Parts: sequence; C-alpha cells; structure tokens
Amino acid sequence: MAVIIEKNTKILVQGFTGKMGTFHAEEMIKYGSNVVGGVTPGKGGQKHLDKPVFNTVKDAVNNTGATASILFVPPAFAADSAMEAADAGIKTCVAIVDGIPSHDMIKIKRYMRRYSRNEKMTLVGPNCAGIISPGKSMLGIMPGHIYKEGRVGIISRSGTLGYEAAQQLKNLDIGISTSVGIGGDPINGSSFRDIIEKFETDDETDAVLMIGEIGGPQEVAAGEFAKENMKKPVIGYIAGLTAPKGRVMGHAGAIVSAYGESAVEKVEMLKECGVTISKNPSVMGETVKLVLNKI
Amino acid sequence: MDIHEYQAKEILSSFGVTIPRGGIVYSPETAENKAREIGGSKWVVKAQIHSGARGKAGGVIVCNSPLEVAQATDKLLGKKLVTNQTGPEGKIVNRIYIEEATDIEKELYLGLVFDRSSESIMVVASTEGGMSVEEIAKEKPKSIIRSKIEVAVGIQSFQARELAFGLGIEPELIRRASETIVGCAKAFSELDATMVEVNPLVISKQKQILALDCKMSFDNNAMFRRDKVSELRDKTQEDDKEVYASDRGLNYVSLDGNIGNIINGAGLAMASMDMIKLAGGEPANFLDVGGGATPEKIVKAFRLITMDKKVKVILVNIFAGINRCDWVAEGIVQALEKIEIKVPLVIRLAGTNVEKGNKILQDSKLKYIEANTLEDAANKAVAALKK
Repeated sequence: MAVIIEKNTKILVQGFTGKMGTFHAEEMIKYGSNVVGGVTPGKGGQKHLDKPVFNTVKDAVNNTGATASILFVPPAFAADSAMEAADAGIKTCVAIVDGIPSHDMIKIKRYMRRYSRNEKMTLVGPNCAGIISPGKSMLGIMPGHIYKEGRVGIISRSGTLGYEAAQQLKNLDIGISTSVGIGGDPINGSSFRDIIEKFETDDETDAVLMIGEIGGPQEVAAGEFAKENMKKPVIGYIAGLTAPKGRVMGHAGAIVSAYGESAVEKVEMLKECGVTISKNPSVMGETVKLVLNKI
Repeated sequence: MDIHEYQAKEILSSFGVTIPRGGIVYSPETAENKAREIGGSKWVVKAQIHSGARGKAGGVIVCNSPLEVAQATDKLLGKKLVTNQTGPEGKIVNRIYIEEATDIEKELYLGLVFDRSSESIMVVASTEGGMSVEEIAKEKPKSIIRSKIEVAVGIQSFQARELAFGLGIEPELIRRASETIVGCAKAFSELDATMVEVNPLVISKQKQILALDCKMSFDNNAMFRRDKVSELRDKTQEDDKEVYASDRGLNYVSLDGNIGNIINGAGLAMASMDMIKLAGGEPANFLDVGGGATPEKIVKAFRLITMDKKVKVILVNIFAGINRCDWVAEGIVQALEKIEIKVPLVIRLAGTNVEKGNKILQDSKLKYIEANTLEDAANKAVAALKK
C-alpha cells in the first residue's frame, strides 16, 4: 500500500461548492481519485459535480464513510474546518489554503492532542500542493500527469519546486511512489520527519527526495531521524542560497532568523546526517538516479 | 509586518508595561512644546524608523533644553538613516519620538518569539540588555534564560516570576517585573504578534521597571482580524517596489543584483535565484507570481521588474501545471505587447504543453532567448549580461 492515501481512499472536499473547491475536485475526479462528496455549511442536501453536499463533516462521514478530506476554505475559517475534520474522524486532511495565521495553526495542533495516536488525524499543509500517489489517487492540486508511477518518495515544502523534481525524474524515466507537499508555512501539520518516517516503512518506496528551503529546523530534524533510524537513502536539496537574512521569501516560513536556518548551514548539517545533497535544483533528478544506481 | 517603537510602546503600555513619558511629533515647533509638556530637564529625541541600531547611526539624541529638542528634531526629520539593518539606501525619518530621559541603573533584555521547534511562544531574557540578542548569544550565552509559553493556556504567573528572579531582580520589584513580562506575553498572544522585544528593559535609579526601547512584528496572515494593528503600517519604511508588489498581490523582495526574475512559486523562485548565483550572476529580486501564473499577474510582474533600474537581464521561469504552458506563453506575449522591455529576456517554460508554449513564443514577434532547464536559463541569463 501507498503511504497516507490508497487507490480507494474516500475523499471529501471541504469548501466543495466554491470556485477553488469545484475546480480542483473536478481535477481530482479526472485523475481517478475517489471523491465521495463535499461539505459546504448551508448547502446540505444539494448535489454538486454529481456528488452529495453535506452541512457538516460528521454528516458527510456518517453517510459516505470518507476517511480523507481536502480543505478549500478561506484562511479565516480554515482552522475551524480542520478541527471539524479531526473531530469527525477524518484520518487524513490536506489544507491547501495559504494565509492561515500561525496562532491558529498552533491551536489546531494543540486541539488534536486530545486524540490518541491511533485516532489522530494526519494534517498535511497548509499552504501546500497536497499528496499524490501516482496511478492511485491524488489528494491535492498538482498536475497529475507529470508524476510517473514508481518507487521514489518526495517530500517538498514548495509546490512548483516539487513539480520541477517530478518532471526531472520523469524525464529520466524514474517514477514516484508518493509525493507529499508539506507546505511553506512556519507551523505545519506534518513535518519532514513525520512523513519521512512513513516512507521508511512503506514497501513501495526505495528512496526519499526531500526538498527543503531556508527557515525553521525541520529539514535537519528529518536528517537526524534518517541518520538514526533509516535504511533507505535520502537525497536532499535546500533552496534559498541567495536569500538575505531576516526577509520572508514568499513562503511565510521561508525566513532565516536563527543559526542553522540558512541554506548553507542546513546543507552542511544534512551532509553530516548522511543525506546525499543535490548540488543545485537542476540536478535533483540526476542525483536521485545516482543514488538509486548504488542500491 | 513591523511597526515603530512609539507604536509598540503604546500597545505594550495598554497591556500594563510601564514606559517613560513621551510623545510623537512631526515638526521642530511641536517638538519644543512636546518637551515642555513632558516636563523634566533632560529629553531623548528618537528617530522613528523600522530598524534597530538607531543609536549608533545617530538617530538618538540626548537634549538638555526644549530648544535643543527642537534643534535635534530639525536635524533628524527628513533625513535618511543608515543602520546595519537598513541596507545602504537607509530609511527616511518622518516621525520623531520625544521621551523623558531615564536614570538607568540596570539594563536587561526581554524578547518573545515563535519557537518553530516546540511550536510555542518562547520568552528569552538576559541580564545583558542594550546589546542585540545575537551579540548576547555570542558573548554572554550563559546570561540567557528561556521559558516556553503553552499557547493554549497563555503565560502563567510562576513563569514570569521565575524569569524575574532569574534576572536577579530585587524582591520588592519582582511583582512589577512579572507584570511587565505577562503584559508582553499577552500582547503577543492577543494581537497575533510574531515578535515582541524590549531592549533594554531597564531598572531606573528611582526603582521603576521601564521599557526603554520596544519592537513588535505581526503575522501578515492574521491582519484580516487585526484592523487596529494593520492601520499602524507605515509604507514609507518599506521599499517602493515592495509596496507596489504587495498592493498587487505579488510576493517580491528587492535584492542587490542585476538579473530580474519572474517565477511562479516561492520555492522555485528561490531555486532559480540559487542557479543564477551558481552561474556567476546576482539576482536583482525575488518575485513569486503565484503557482497559477495568470496573465494578469505576469503583466504586473513585468511592470514591476521594469521599474527596477538595476535590472540588466530579465529571467522568466514558469513551471506550468494545470495552467498549461501554451496559456502562460499567450499571457507573456500579451504582456509584452503592453510593456516595452529594453534588456535581454530569457524565458524558460516547463511542464504541461511545453512544446506548444515555446511554439507560441517563437511565432510571436517577441525578442527573447529560449531556455530549457533551470541551469540553461541561469547560464543564458548570465551570458546575456556579459554581452
């Protein structure tokens, strides 16, 4: 089985009837994802894209048996929607939305502490491209056709840089088991370490490409985890060599504010953890290929 | 979003932090009156710009009469102050804060930031106030004490007390010190701040605990629910091009190089800048037009980049997914019918329908250099610069 989502994972779209929700729900359905319905408070009972609309996530889960959801809810209401999903028993929730306040993200994470490890929802994002397991299911907004089916796992903070990597791999005839966009915000639902741990136990993944950037401690935390616990090789790239200190580079989380957060420092620390570094973003695919050839 | 010292002081004061008496002025005439109104015999005239290290740059002047206050205000108003944080172009002084001088006995440091490892608010304090926190960490690391605030319940009195005792504050001042720390923490939590810094926090000879210099930054993502904080934004303290960009929904950061960039996605933008650097060039900016790279955004991006006189080459790198390269190419062609580009233009498209996209560009009247990979694009941009 793939990590996080499977071919038949039942998916709900929160913010289903909005413009974004509608567009990307259609794309997911076209890709073959098992979208079973959606939630828009006040529009329960209607049909949208031939699927039922529900007022609450609980109603939707009770009627469809959905275990995953994707959020297309405006930032001001996103935290509430994510907590609603967690409370309704959703197992995987992807928050696409960009612009959730950091205080709200912390609140969501504290709220989820009420659930035991087995009952706890995996939140991916916000400000991310979502999850794709090529040939199986897409719970995200990526262009599905650039992802070839295969055995490399990708974790990326950036959306488009993740696409760039998928394309480079495809051009080299290398496929992907699952690609997870964890998002560009300073506080996110799942970290590199959370996802890399899932890849280590995934029997469909041989190696992991980790695409990080400046800011925060997460890439190095994942590198340290890999050093201690992983048998599978990890390849890394860190964007933001030229980023000045103290400036936000597009992503709210892409800011160097402390030691160890610059690209150069992260690369050095990842090397010490045994991560193979892609020397520039143009050779992420080739670097993965070199590593795969050694397995 | 950053705010001025006097604004941070007003906010913290409303949360129970004591600040020296003072007021804001915009002219030398009002400065003299303001000094009289404040009273006392010694004043500090402080230039209000969005930067620390103002003292070293001549932005803080101690005065002994209201006349001197007026003269100092006159000297600073309208001036561009260059500090080690502003960059060589400096920041303009439009507002002056006049404050009664404080008899300092001891200078302390108090700062609150988001700690991304523990995903909580971290309070950092030190007995070595007056230096930057980086300097303290380097020179007096042992003086630093920390306390983590659990966001769900907020700061607890014992945490504030522990910090106050940790700073060696005498018993009769512990209550005021604790209230000051609690006030800063509440302001942080209740206003969606990302940073609160009181440096120095002083104990005066009159045994008062005073916030002598304050800084606050806020979460841009939370401004939709912080109307009063949003109103404090001072666009004169930001780069003109960055203001132009933020007003138009573009993510832009002005840099020192001469290769202008138009890219979709923050990560890809940083990666493209890295490639420029590795190819021997220097990026003039960071610019993310958003994952979708809509034609409207591309027009705005070209207008913005052509405003920058440093730019000698423009590099466009778009990874089109759902939005398809042919559609993006049409957007670029349309944009350049409206905007004249006088410098070499390198365009790299990738992703869905890349052949169609490149064909549209080739068939247009556009003068440009086609590139295939990230590396190719950066090399061609640097080569175009040398011609």
